Amino acid sequence: MSISVKTFASSAEAASALSGDRTARFMGGGTLIMRAVNEGDQSFSTVVLANDPALKQVQPQGDRLIIGAGVTMAQILASRDLDFLHPVARAVGGPAIRNMATIGGNLFAEPPYGDMTAALLVLDCQVMLAGGQSAALADFLRDRAREPRTLVASVSIVRPQSGVFKFRKASRVKPKGVSLMTVAAWVPQSGGRVSGARIAYSSMGPTPMRVPAVEQALEGVALDEAGIANALAAATSGIEPPTDAIASSWYRREVAPVHLKRTLLGG
Amino acid sequence: MSKKPVQFTLNGDSKAVFVEDGQNLLDVLRRGVGDLSPKYGCGQGTCGACTVLIDGEPHLSCLTLAETVEGRSLNSTGGLAQGADLHPLQDAFMRHFAAQCGFCSSGMLMAAKALLDRNPNPSRDEVVEAISGNICRCTGYEPIIEAILDAAQSGAGRRSA
Amino acid sequence: MSVEFRKELFANERDDNLNEIGKGTQRQDALGHVTGRSPYFDDHLFEGLLQIRCVRSPHHHARIRSVDYSQAENMPGVVRIIRPEDVPNNFNTLLSLLNFGRDDEPLLSSKKVSYIGEPVLAIVAGTDRQARDAVAAVRVEWEVLPHVLDVEEALKPDAPVVNEVYPNNTFDYHDKYDHQKLRYGDVETAFSQADRIVEGRYQMSPIEQAPVETNGAIAAPETNDRFVCYTSTQALFFSLGTAAKLLNVSSNRLHFIGGTVGGGFGGKVDSLVEPMAILACMLTGKPCRFVWDRQEEMQVGAPRGGERWYLKDGVMNDGRIIARQFTGYFDSGAYTRLSSYAIIKGTAHLPGPYHIPNVKADVFCVYTNRTPATAMRGFGVTGVDFAIESQMDKIAHEVGMNPVEFRILNAYRDGDMKAHRREAKNCALIECVQVAAEKANWPIRDEFKQASSMVGGGGERAKIPHTVTDEDGKIGERRAGRAGAGQTRTIAPSTPAPAPAAYTPPPPSAPPAPAPQPAAGQPAYAHPAAAPAYQPAAPHAPPPVTPAVAPAPPPAPAAPAPASETSTPSARPVNRPGYSRFASNSGFRRR
Repeated sequence: MSISVKTFASSAEAASALSGDRTARFMGGGTLIMRAVNEGDQSFSTVVLANDPALKQVQPQGDRLIIGAGVTMAQILASRDLDFLHPVARAVGGPAIRNMATIGGNLFAEPPYGDMTAALLVLDCQVMLAGGQSAALADFLRDRAREPRTLVASVSIVRPQSGVFKFRKASRVKPKGVSLMTVAAWVPQSGGRVSGARIAYSSMGPTPMRVPAVEQALEGVALDEAGIANALAAATSGIEPPTDAIASSWYRREVAPVHLKRTLLGG
Repeated sequence: MSKKPVQFTLNGDSKAVFVEDGQNLLDVLRRGVGDLSPKYGCGQGTCGACTVLIDGEPHLSCLTLAETVEGRSLNSTGGLAQGADLHPLQDAFMRHFAAQCGFCSSGMLMAAKALLDRNPNPSRDEVVEAISGNICRCTGYEPIIEAILDAAQSGAGRRSA
Repeated sequence: MSVEFRKELFANERDDNLNEIGKGTQRQDALGHVTGRSPYFDDHLFEGLLQIRCVRSPHHHARIRSVDYSQAENMPGVVRIIRPEDVPNNFNTLLSLLNFGRDDEPLLSSKKVSYIGEPVLAIVAGTDRQARDAVAAVRVEWEVLPHVLDVEEALKPDAPVVNEVYPNNTFDYHDKYDHQKLRYGDVETAFSQADRIVEGRYQMSPIEQAPVETNGAIAAPETNDRFVCYTSTQALFFSLGTAAKLLNVSSNRLHFIGGTVGGGFGGKVDSLVEPMAILACMLTGKPCRFVWDRQEEMQVGAPRGGERWYLKDGVMNDGRIIARQFTGYFDSGAYTRLSSYAIIKGTAHLPGPYHIPNVKADVFCVYTNRTPATAMRGFGVTGVDFAIESQMDKIAHEVGMNPVEFRILNAYRDGDMKAHRREAKNCALIECVQVAAEKANWPIRDEFKQASSMVGGGGERAKIPHTVTDEDGKIGERRAGRAGAGQTRTIAPSTPAPAPAAYTPPPPSAPPAPAPQPAAGQPAYAHPAAAPAYQPAAPHAPPPVTPAVAPAPPPAPAAPAPASETSTPSARPVNRPGYSRFASNSGFRRR
């Protein structure tokens, strides 16, 4: 069927158009939807856009930040409020992609994409939908396959203190390369010991995910080689890494502890 | 199939075309406007051969919905030269043998121009990052990087767009 | 740019007044490239240009029970459906241009498909989207067949028949053998006299050329009932001749314009897009465009074929290789195309640029249910060279020799007889290796620095030795279960082979012991005897005459097992989120 494009001035109108049309999808920056259009994807035929300025806003709110779903990677890189996210935004695509790809769109990206989403998972991200509902990001990811017509209005994340947030994307080609494995870590310390760590991967499963086994193994340890040994041993515990064109499941299992270690300790 | 009118400037010239719903900018530039300089390499956003500048910033025209460039100012490699005078980047590409099959060159030049217009004196790392979204299968990238650094030396970034 | 000229090498054989080399001559199309004006095939505008897309097989191997395009042909924008029966001469092989091999490949398949992506129908429509929508509406009933993806598996008697024109899953060489033979000297006797035997198994996966410009062609009606065809081909006359044959028109009705190729590397020689574009143009009277998208370029576009090589060398303690045996398997994929020729080219290359007085090679062109293979840089030779040079390093390591000196020792020299019975002339391997060692600061001893391609060759080394021949591996024998040449061999140490369709990782192994590095001023390698002239094998009784094998009639092609879903068809829906998009149907590369 031929494509039809509908542009709305507000996300509320766009959300309404989406919910009323099973053949509709929302387009943010176009990096996912236009690829599908170019390839003749038969699962949708209406593309919905919203020129809502609220989608492009970044609002600090106490120790949190509200980021409009339409904020691009380039905008993140230009925002001082979001300086901790710069290493993540820089890891997404190349310069042209960064001018187009949105933080909201990244929530829907299938593996091996989704690096920003892995970072958001450890930043206590809440996803705010256009209708007003909100969901924890992990719940949103679990449900996203069933709900491709959801319109995300913004995401809310906590602003990390210096040194707590760590991020590493492992890829074969640098600086721009598809992720073989991405690690995001939130490792607050108290009295020289890790307390309440959050660890997330992308490209290691059907969606970016938290890794409870590693988080538990980090509880109360010192952030050094000896302290994280158990966490490294548990690097792929409970995880089935995929085999794809980038790497085999076996390879991902082999290198996961290496990349996890480099994320936690640097170098 | 309905068509929408879209007006924009391309390389300083005003353009008006009718686009189909869902038509991407690459297709509109090539077949609607007749600017054959941006190329199709993947349709997925991985190769960069379709790179054009929208308001001075690099975008992938194959992933851009044509109707969203209403009122914007576009640049393509076809308009890089000033009349018969080559842009310093074009001259540098030739002197450094930075084009073999030439298919990536259009996109590379756009990425390079965007860099130098914003940052007239880039480091080598900055050049590498600027072209990181453009795939070349022929040159191994070194001649392209050398050409861009050379063009920066000769003041390409200070030249008006 | 600066070029270093080593004018002292072969100085009296050359005139060193160089007019172009080292001068940095500009390409004639450089200006076009940087201004965006170089005319690639797609840079031509036509009013009313139609777009072509194909219905393609999602299975490695399947019979086509039915193709229902009744819905598709009525969809908006659809101008014409092209079916197999619409192709005037729907059976060809690329090298029929040289009268080599039998026609084996349709432009559009009607009976069965033998690789993922094989086209069965083409749809011509006003826009690309309309063509894609129509393709999605075509219903094909497939009967999935067992498939084979590994070259050695394909040679087993019970392997599925991939290509019905070559039912033994091997190309027929000289109407006699299922492989190409090279015989020179007597390897078996030499092996028995060698101080040690070194074996190796080497494999190269298929490699996609991946040019930035995909394969494509635009055809349009021209004056005098001709058709103009703009094409991305690297092989303009191949493409013109192939189009003329498939479409049954005389070639003077075809006006081919090529020249600017957006990267080829060998991947734009198969000439599949031009005949389709011209045929659509003939049938519709309109300009027609057939361009592969990136998915097609990677999946359907022919890669360099994978290869597997077994090498066995007989080596003396002083480092001389006195015998070398090859068993090589080229993976041609489902159809022949250029692979039959690749084997001949590769075999002529053996045993590599070395003087080895006993050589035996059996090289197979094998059909598997993979994407048909084609040329890529160093076509026919690159894969076996990788095997040869890896083996050379392996042998050097085993005999404790500096691998550079080892190569100089065994290098061919002017006047040596080569295994394909031509005298080596203008050899330069030794000099290249010497200069490379110098540039790499890799120490070699003075006598090796002084070696020369012009010294030490010929004489005894120029004589063609008595050669043992055989008639093993006649066409059909292998398939009928009668053992012949080139059987699967195990070597020591054996490397676990990955399963063809589902990758099974090998257990983690200890890294190999590092090759001894020459310490400064102290060569770690045992001092070999000065490079000796070849000493022929000790005189021996002539080998017993191999009893002639009664020629067997080629067996009737085995009837393929009636299917039922023993193999899970690889799903290939048009929209492909998630993993399936990234699964390589040519197997998973070991990382």
